[in-house]
Amino acid sequence: MSEMRQLVGLLKQIDDQLVACMRCGMCQAVCPIYAETGLEGHVARGKIALLECLADEVIKDPAGVKERLDACLLCGSCQANCPSGVKALDIFLKARAFLTGYYGLPPVKRAIFRGLLKNPRFFDTVLGIASKFQGLFTKPVNDMLGSSCARVFSDLIGGRHFAPLAGSALHEAAAERDAPRGFSGLKVAFFYGCVVDKMFPRIGEAVLTVCDHHGVGVYMPHDQACCGIPALSSGDRETFEALVAHNMKLFGEADFDVLVTPCATCTSTIKKLWPLMAENLPELTRFKIREMAAKVKDISEFLINDVGVVPADLPVSGEPVAVTYHDPCHLKKSLGISAEPRALVAANPRYKLVEMDGADSCCGSGGSFTLQHYDLSKRIGKHKRDNIVATGAMVAATSCPACMLQIGDMLSQAGDKLVIKHPVEIYAETLAGR
Amino acid sequence: MSNHLSQKFEEIVGKGNVLASEVDRHSYSYDAAVLPPKLPALAVRPETPEALGRVVKTCNELGLPLTVRGSGTNLSGGTIPSVGGVVALTGALNKIIEINEADMYAVVQTGVITAKFATEVAKRGLFYPPDPGSQAVSTLGGNVAENAGGLRGLKYGVTKDYVMGMSFYDVDGELVKTGSRTVKCVTGMNLHGLMVGSEGTLGVFNEIILKLVPPPKASKAMMAIFDDLGKASETVAAIIAAKIVPATLEYMDDFTIRTVEDFAHAGLPTDAKALLLIEVDGHPAQVEDEAAEVEAICKRIGATRIQVAKDAAERNKVWEARRAALSALARVRPTTVLEDATVPRSKIPAMIGALEAIAAKYKLTIGTFGHAGDGNLHPTILTDKRDHVEYARVEAAIDEIFDVALSLGGTLSGEHGIGTAKSKYMVKEVGLGSIQYAKRLKAALDPKGILNPGKITGE
Repeated sequence: MSEMRQLVGLLKQIDDQLVACMRCGMCQAVCPIYAETGLEGHVARGKIALLECLADEVIKDPAGVKERLDACLLCGSCQANCPSGVKALDIFLKARAFLTGYYGLPPVKRAIFRGLLKNPRFFDTVLGIASKFQGLFTKPVNDMLGSSCARVFSDLIGGRHFAPLAGSALHEAAAERDAPRGFSGLKVAFFYGCVVDKMFPRIGEAVLTVCDHHGVGVYMPHDQACCGIPALSSGDRETFEALVAHNMKLFGEADFDVLVTPCATCTSTIKKLWPLMAENLPELTRFKIREMAAKVKDISEFLINDVGVVPADLPVSGEPVAVTYHDPCHLKKSLGISAEPRALVAANPRYKLVEMDGADSCCGSGGSFTLQHYDLSKRIGKHKRDNIVATGAMVAATSCPACMLQIGDMLSQAGDKLVIKHPVEIYAETLAGR
Repeated sequence: MSNHLSQKFEEIVGKGNVLASEVDRHSYSYDAAVLPPKLPALAVRPETPEALGRVVKTCNELGLPLTVRGSGTNLSGGTIPSVGGVVALTGALNKIIEINEADMYAVVQTGVITAKFATEVAKRGLFYPPDPGSQAVSTLGGNVAENAGGLRGLKYGVTKDYVMGMSFYDVDGELVKTGSRTVKCVTGMNLHGLMVGSEGTLGVFNEIILKLVPPPKASKAMMAIFDDLGKASETVAAIIAAKIVPATLEYMDDFTIRTVEDFAHAGLPTDAKALLLIEVDGHPAQVEDEAAEVEAICKRIGATRIQVAKDAAERNKVWEARRAALSALARVRPTTVLEDATVPRSKIPAMIGALEAIAAKYKLTIGTFGHAGDGNLHPTILTDKRDHVEYARVEAAIDEIFDVALSLGGTLSGEHGIGTAKSKYMVKEVGLGSIQYAKRLKAALDPKGILNPGKITGE
């Protein structure tokens, strides 16, 4: 019972944020989960009402509230569309942390977050070994997408078509570097993010190629830790704070102008959630985290706005390749960035951008949401797949490797022969053989 | 008991469509009105019209209060259920059955979202004008039950002007048909007229036949800014006197202008006293003439600035300020009480003066914007419901707002409905005889009083 008192006390701390919801229900228009289930408890208004009930001790059992709260992609559509400016994501992340404090972290997540994620070197080693042996357990299913499915039935993998672990992770394939500013006069720190490192090192290589070409100095240490979002979204604030501290140590004292990432989720997490969750840390640490947050940029934002990338003057033979672009929630809804990645795609004249319907609707990945609610995630992903295929594009582009995994799964399961690329890869192609 | 009850409804709507857990019951205990929640016994989500009919019948047999809920955006408590009652969700009854271009009507189920319907209609080159502020999420069933209005009321009317007919379930689950797909129909009593705005107290809607109209070929929007409230109202009167009926004629007071400017930085002058947003539509030549005439009227009466939108982008910019009004106001304080007392158009200056006096008297912040063309203002009280002392003053202010509206020959509600929020004021407007008449009507059609009890006429 004392734990319950504590939970209520914690929820009272966010009372000011909860009460800002005027119950207008406009979030129903944009929530991808609500669009599938139609349940009030699945939309932001409903979740906030339940949290208020819990805080007021009208609801006695937090389990039901936790279950509703977990059915959320954290895509931020509700927050972006909220007439009264409710900080729904702040509320949900904090409430998840409170509820995880109450119930404890489930054993599997505890093992992954605290055993693996929190120790970047060990994490790298385990996945490095796994990548060598993955062929024993999986088989390739789609050559265009490069996806695989489980050879042997596994509870975790289920029927998914997933991108295999890269043969060599980026931190194995590319050496650490700390190159000075080149002719651009700019220097970046390159935070590549776990999924790019372990599954899409080719995106990281494209970033390095582009920076080299434009005379941008790059600081790229290895031993980078996860940005922390998987832990935070599961309410594991302890691991989140440890990961932020690790990364701050690695990047905090380095000399650079912009912290770039090719991952929308990492960018959004560093920019918004690092400072948000730093509220209890010492003033100096908070200040440094805020400084870091101010320096982070999505790679396309950096290339278009700071470097000034313009369309390449290249000979185009034949029809340009049709490409359609999916707006990751963490880039458009969270940070308002949608023009720059398109401009980066358009910088390659061998491609032609075709807009899909609902380009900014969530793909249904939501990070670990897809692991817990695969069926719902798949239903949402199917709409995205249908919109992509309807454009007739040969290439689907997006700025978040987590979206790439989800969209890859959806396309592969439908047997579609599309290729998925990051805008920086498309731009990097213009530099090859110059 | 609830287990037994759940089983009974599971037989009708299927297992996954009975929502009876603690969190589900709390999820359907409120709507968008600032009123205390009430906990139902369960919610059901019928997927077929037949199942909906059986839900109604069963509730009547068991004497269970039944509240139908679309998206729960009601601002007067119309979708707050009775304690221990049943909530019927219309979300799964969301088919557009027919859009008939030749005869210009549509047949819909009640759970269709208003904006989605309007979009489908527009794709076929037709127009469904009612555009309540919640149209992105509101359902057509809810719009009809509340007789929802919107920004286009002055020229195009409100929801009731588009209901040609419907079928609905009576308390015994029998399907009642009224009206038709034809423009003219005098077959039987005008029961659909009775159903519009009945707030779920007389029957449960099944299918609705809606009138469609040809869309205007052109439109032109402009914003006029005034340093004096009197000039703004004079302008409204002069536009109407010139026999021009704009599609929209929106008003914003000085507090709302400043708040919008702080929030959206739309370039509004913060020393302005009033703002009018005017849009005329119709045939291109007529639109040109009327827009020029409206502009001349604004100038003559002394608008300090007039901004005429030259293209779609500029039109969007003109509208941005109005769209941001509620959002901007809602961010000022935690609780937003949005009222909709309505007066005859000519009484708007008196109403606005009274609102200013009321805000001063009760030491409250009230921002007012709304539909100047049809007299439907939205005085928006910005408060914090946790501050009980202040909230008592809010309630006293609301009482006084209604008194003033009625004294000016107006009405309690232009478009939000009576629900439970305003039922106690009804007698002041319509008198005891009218309430008794409505109660007798309800008692005859719903002897056990199961259909959304307590709404409109009170307990």
